[in-house]
Amino acid sequence: MDISRNWRLRAQRYRLEGGRCGSCSAVSFPPRPVCLECGAEDIEPHRLSGRGTVYSYTVLYQGPESFDGGVPYAVALIDLDEGPRITAMLTDIDPEEVDFGMPVEMVVRVTNTDGERGPINYSYKFRPRLEARSRT
Amino acid sequence: MREVVVAGIGQTPVAEHWDQSLRSLAVDAVRKAMADAGVESADTLIVGNMLGGELSSQTHLGALIADYAGLEGVEAVRVEAACGSAAAALRQALLAVASGLVEVAVAVGVEKLTELAGHQVTHALATAGDADYEVQMGLSFVALNALVMQRYMYEYGVPHESFGALTVAAHANAAHNPNAMFRELPVTLESHRTARVISSPINLLDSSPIADGAAAVVVTSREYARKLAVRPVRLLACEVGTDTLSLHDRKDLLWLKGVERSTRRALERSGKTHADVDFFELHDAFSIMAALSLECSGFAERGRSVQCALDGDLQIGGKLPISTLGGLKGRGHPVGATGLYQVVEAVMQLRHEAPDAVQVDGARVAMTQNIGGSGATVVTTILERLEA
Repeated sequence: MDISRNWRLRAQRYRLEGGRCGSCSAVSFPPRPVCLECGAEDIEPHRLSGRGTVYSYTVLYQGPESFDGGVPYAVALIDLDEGPRITAMLTDIDPEEVDFGMPVEMVVRVTNTDGERGPINYSYKFRPRLEARSRT
Repeated sequence: MREVVVAGIGQTPVAEHWDQSLRSLAVDAVRKAMADAGVESADTLIVGNMLGGELSSQTHLGALIADYAGLEGVEAVRVEAACGSAAAALRQALLAVASGLVEVAVAVGVEKLTELAGHQVTHALATAGDADYEVQMGLSFVALNALVMQRYMYEYGVPHESFGALTVAAHANAAHNPNAMFRELPVTLESHRTARVISSPINLLDSSPIADGAAAVVVTSREYARKLAVRPVRLLACEVGTDTLSLHDRKDLLWLKGVERSTRRALERSGKTHADVDFFELHDAFSIMAALSLECSGFAERGRSVQCALDGDLQIGGKLPISTLGGLKGRGHPVGATGLYQVVEAVMQLRHEAPDAVQVDGARVAMTQNIGGSGATVVTTILERLEA
């Protein structure tokens, strides 16, 4: 199941590696061959901190099949501290408790598996930021 | 560039056609459109389709449908732009005829979604999004739209139940369309409010149904149409605008630049203004898409489109009727065919041949808008009645 894709995207999925434009310094995730801001091609790998806040979210009650075991689950658009917005699944949270502006941080988790003998896929997910949660 | 017209239209009913295949649906619509135009052949066939490969294990639709439609030997290709495929096919037909290289073009949109089980269709529809960075993170196509709707409700303070006005208006019109999927489904604000949630806040009645169908048009020059015993409708513009594929790459999540660009180009090309448009067949795959289509096309202020629906402005007889034959919600949404259903319906309105209850009084200028993905491809078409 998409073995080469998961391998190819390992820098993004396991350590949130985006791109930084050598011309205008814009940071992007995912990395792009051509800068969305200025059109330059001079893009360097740039690892993101994995900290951000929830911009929008939805709770799926009917999901794509390989994720279906987990419904309901929440996914969100997250504004990362460095600027880019990212689409990701939320974890370690009751889906009903997700809210706009919630501070979150990246973790690497299993996303889906291909049966008992197939590969196990991992990727970034976001959980409520631990220090933010301990303050409340 | 020479003047281009739609000389003939054809459509199959939108339904779960278990007894029909991808090819039989397309052939039915093509043959009906050719008969309507009174042409026996065509110079080119352009097939709009999204999921033939994924759901029917069938690509190569240009040659296949030409072969089965009695057009064997003609130029024939398939174009794909997710749910915007059919209008994208119309765009190619317009370019072909306007250039003078082609005299008679047939554009057909076809989709056969009920070939496989629901979860496989869900998976296939999600291929309109970014596989690497959206879909494989656990999102369905509904979820992508839900992310937009959730933020819209938060930002503009529009309650979910208000969106029901868009659903109710569409279904009220579908009741009069013999080709609509939902002719006898009574939909009220209450049934919208209590429908099953799929991906919050989107529920079943915020969504259009999975369906099969095909719609086709014969496109030709105005001169050539004079030789045919038909009542042509002018195809003034069919313009494509794009935006980033992924929602997360848009600076303003609630502004569909593809809609803005496509509408601006279509109005410029046609020489028409917003005030000229008598009705608008918009892409209400989800309530939120109808709302954003109205706003980003310039027919409603930001955050105000749902209020227009509540005020009755979008009903037959209102300021700007939408989804006059049911829209994607009521007629149904066979994805890669939808853009041409919209155009076929617009032509019926402009010929003043729509069912009486939903005929837009004195309709002269129509705008249709077909959206691929969550706004990454937008095709806006403007048609005008030709008086005899």
